[in-house]
Amino acid sequence: MTNSVSIRDLSLSFGAVNVLRNLDLEVRDGEFLVLLGSSGCGKSTLLNCIAGLLEPTDGQIFIKGKNVTWEEPKDRGIGMVFQSYALYPQMTVEKNLSFGLRVAGVPKDDIDRRIARASEILQIEPLLKRKPAELSGGQRQRVAIGRALVRDVDVFLFDEPLSNLDAKLRSELRVEIKRLHHSLKNTMIYVTHDQIEALTLADRIAIMKSGVIQQLDDPMTIYNRPVNLFVAGFIGSPSMNFLHGELVEEGGKTVFKTHGVSFSLDGYEAANPLVAGRKVVLGLRPEHIHVDSDVPGIEKHEAVVDLEEPMGADNLLWLKHAGHTMSVRIGGARRYAPATRLQLSFDMELASLFDAETEERI
Amino acid sequence: MTGHAPAKRPNQLFRNLNSKIASIPMILIAMGIFLGGSLWTILYSFTNSKLLPRLSFVGLDQYERLWSTSRWIISIQNLAIYGILSLIFSLVIGFLLAALMDQKIRFENAFRTIFLYPFALSFIVTGLVWQWILNPEFGIQGIVRSLGFENFTFDPLYNPDIVIYGILIAGLWQGTGLVMCLMLAGLRGIDEDIWKAARVDGIPMWRTYLFIVIPMMRPVFITTLVIIASGIVKVYDLVVAQTSGGPGNASEVPAKYVYDYMFQAQNLGQGFAASTMMLLTVAIIIIPWAYLEFGGKKRG
Amino acid sequence: MANISTLNTTGAGFDAVAADVSGPRGRRPKRVLSRRNIILYGVLSIAALYYLLPLYVMVVTSLKGMPEIRMGNIFSPPMEITFEPWVKAWAEACTGLNCDGLSRGFWNSVQILVPSVVVSIFVASVSGYSLANWRFKGSELFFSILIIGAFIPYQVMIYPVVIALRELGVYGTLTGLVIVHTIFGMPILTLLFRNYFASLPVELFKAARIDGAGFWQIYLRIMLPMSLPIFVVAMILQVTGIWNDFLFGVVFTRPDTYPMTVQLNNIVNSVQGVKEYNVNMAATLLTGAIPLIVYFVSGRLFVRGIAAGAVKG
Repeated sequence: MTNSVSIRDLSLSFGAVNVLRNLDLEVRDGEFLVLLGSSGCGKSTLLNCIAGLLEPTDGQIFIKGKNVTWEEPKDRGIGMVFQSYALYPQMTVEKNLSFGLRVAGVPKDDIDRRIARASEILQIEPLLKRKPAELSGGQRQRVAIGRALVRDVDVFLFDEPLSNLDAKLRSELRVEIKRLHHSLKNTMIYVTHDQIEALTLADRIAIMKSGVIQQLDDPMTIYNRPVNLFVAGFIGSPSMNFLHGELVEEGGKTVFKTHGVSFSLDGYEAANPLVAGRKVVLGLRPEHIHVDSDVPGIEKHEAVVDLEEPMGADNLLWLKHAGHTMSVRIGGARRYAPATRLQLSFDMELASLFDAETEERI
Repeated sequence: MTGHAPAKRPNQLFRNLNSKIASIPMILIAMGIFLGGSLWTILYSFTNSKLLPRLSFVGLDQYERLWSTSRWIISIQNLAIYGILSLIFSLVIGFLLAALMDQKIRFENAFRTIFLYPFALSFIVTGLVWQWILNPEFGIQGIVRSLGFENFTFDPLYNPDIVIYGILIAGLWQGTGLVMCLMLAGLRGIDEDIWKAARVDGIPMWRTYLFIVIPMMRPVFITTLVIIASGIVKVYDLVVAQTSGGPGNASEVPAKYVYDYMFQAQNLGQGFAASTMMLLTVAIIIIPWAYLEFGGKKRG
Repeated sequence: MANISTLNTTGAGFDAVAADVSGPRGRRPKRVLSRRNIILYGVLSIAALYYLLPLYVMVVTSLKGMPEIRMGNIFSPPMEITFEPWVKAWAEACTGLNCDGLSRGFWNSVQILVPSVVVSIFVASVSGYSLANWRFKGSELFFSILIIGAFIPYQVMIYPVVIALRELGVYGTLTGLVIVHTIFGMPILTLLFRNYFASLPVELFKAARIDGAGFWQIYLRIMLPMSLPIFVVAMILQVTGIWNDFLFGVVFTRPDTYPMTVQLNNIVNSVQGVKEYNVNMAATLLTGAIPLIVYFVSGRLFVRGIAAGAVKG
């Protein structure tokens, strides 16, 4: 498989601030890649570099095998959809769609054909004669996508395209973008700070922090096997429980111990040998902790309910155990009053263990 | 897919070439006229240029002559009186009018239109109108006398001692509307909740203005001050129209001195020295302000 | 009013202990003639009278005959309205040897105004656009110098400009004056346009670049159509500013191309002959008419223009 977009050793700094540091990224052909991170992590900067709207300080960018590092945006074979849609307010939808083609001097009948095709795919034919101000948020979004569509580009770039919409519309358009990707099969690079968007849309997610990609994997791997503490804490809501303790030898096995409580690590697939005496952080997602499980033979811990947060489908329990406060997700029908004592058991196959010092996964 | 540098790395000089071409007028004006012109004038103020600029340096001679010319001394005194009074009055009147306008009054637009229209008029028109109103024979003095107050005297334009106040009246009439507008914009920029909080706490309105609102409007006051002040230094047309510097040379101002020496008396050196003094005056006003305004931001 | 509302509430079935039914209820009655209102509108009206007075004096004086002016006072309305002074001011008043009135200055001013406004706004808007969207190394420095230049008294720069124009062979010509107005209008206008273009969403600019539009295409097809209000504001600023200019007119024109303000001053302040105050006031009104019309027609935009130009300057 060829790579659609390759980024080699890319760096960008504004004065003394390094926004991107020696970044490498290979985006596969037809892939939906999401750049995920909190604001200021460099994800939008990276997207603007790919688009050619920002010049990198160092490094190279290839699109479809062609070095485009110094190319103008229009010559890169990319289309871009912006957070504010960036539709030209004085032009009708049709003129908005055709502006790039008219600038490039594409013949009139060709323009018409492309607009007809794009507006059919996006179902915006009835809107062609309207001005952007007369459109709803979702319609504007579709026109913005259409502008990239008519130019017949190889790569679609999305810069937080759903952040301006209300929650309901956001989830609708999320589905629509996914459907669009399935039918067009173009490469799409999508920037967002919303992990739900990332998890639902992406073939692969690149999680960024301080101009560096922390982990690049498919959504389930990111969720279940985060490579470091940052990724583990960033993905998931409510976030992963972190227990700070150390590895000790107990009964011939290495176990995790914190505040005098031992956790068996049976089932945990360690990438590195577990060395006793090492200071570590044990990460347990709220849904990987079970309450009053009737599975026999597994290790059980007694804990006390501190607070209960019913959320309808789920019920979130906040517990005190082993010197930490933990959140546990259980079914919405199961209710526990504060101060109730209960039994906890843990899915160690899905747990994560990090070195306390390097914060890397063990 | 490998080569590290395709041959067509754009030359840095030609990057944004159109933008650079489009900025040529700005660059020429900034560097050639504003910076270069000012430096040129300063340089030639140290020469004894008369009819034509000549580079024969005479040190500070022109400045010594300038400060021993009574006309220049009068000009500076006039500028000081006019400047200080015009600052105080236009700020006070402007703010008071703005505060009144901010009371959710009816006909706000009509009042604003009336207060601001003189600002649309030129100083020449302003000067000529007030020359007529202050005419001792037919103007205010004449009317009050015809009402029976035979000894009433109000002839500022014909009395060397107070002529500058006559110009001040006209200047204030022309300029306070602008100050009012700036102040009103500043007042409107104040968070509504401040007023609500003051009302709930039972603070009287005048106290709210004096101790809360005015301190909050510090930036607006400073900006307004700078605008008025830099306008004052340039005052020229008003004097030309209203008094032509008279009676005698009682209402001369520096800008007029510069013009007269440069273009009438053919004494360029004097004109350059006087205009350099004007530049110095503006610099004394602007530099502390620019330091406060922009120096702080860069550090922050 | 209060009585009626009290009567109505007694039957409404309120718990008399919980609610004081006879107490204040509903909207508080407002008195139009409160002491506050009298003071407020009184002060504003007196101030308004003061500001209107000169305009009134100009109008009534210009409509009186000279005998009436010598008899009465400047505030009294004309007993006999005459338009003679207006005709004389427009077509017959003398400056030096010419006796064809202000009309010559008016047309000179129009000839100066139109190209000056167009050229200065074009140059400044392109500079502002370049500063907002196409920054290059040093562009902000040049801009800073330009803005500082706005505070330098014209007197400091005027002679070098005279020399430059003389070298270019355009001193004393219309072209020369257009250049002068463009130069000295630059700081405020560039600032105005730069701030405006910078306030437009930058994503529009990015989208246009991805669509392949270049510097001039984005300026003409994206920015210009979105910026009509700011162009109107700039036009108001420039029309009033250039029309009202006196200094550049005196320095950079010859007597036969004097703009209206210079000619007006020469008519009114000429020492020869009998002072014709009515003609003077008619001439003054004629000269002030253009900016006044612009002001009254543009209204809020005028205020926006001076506020934008002044507060941020």
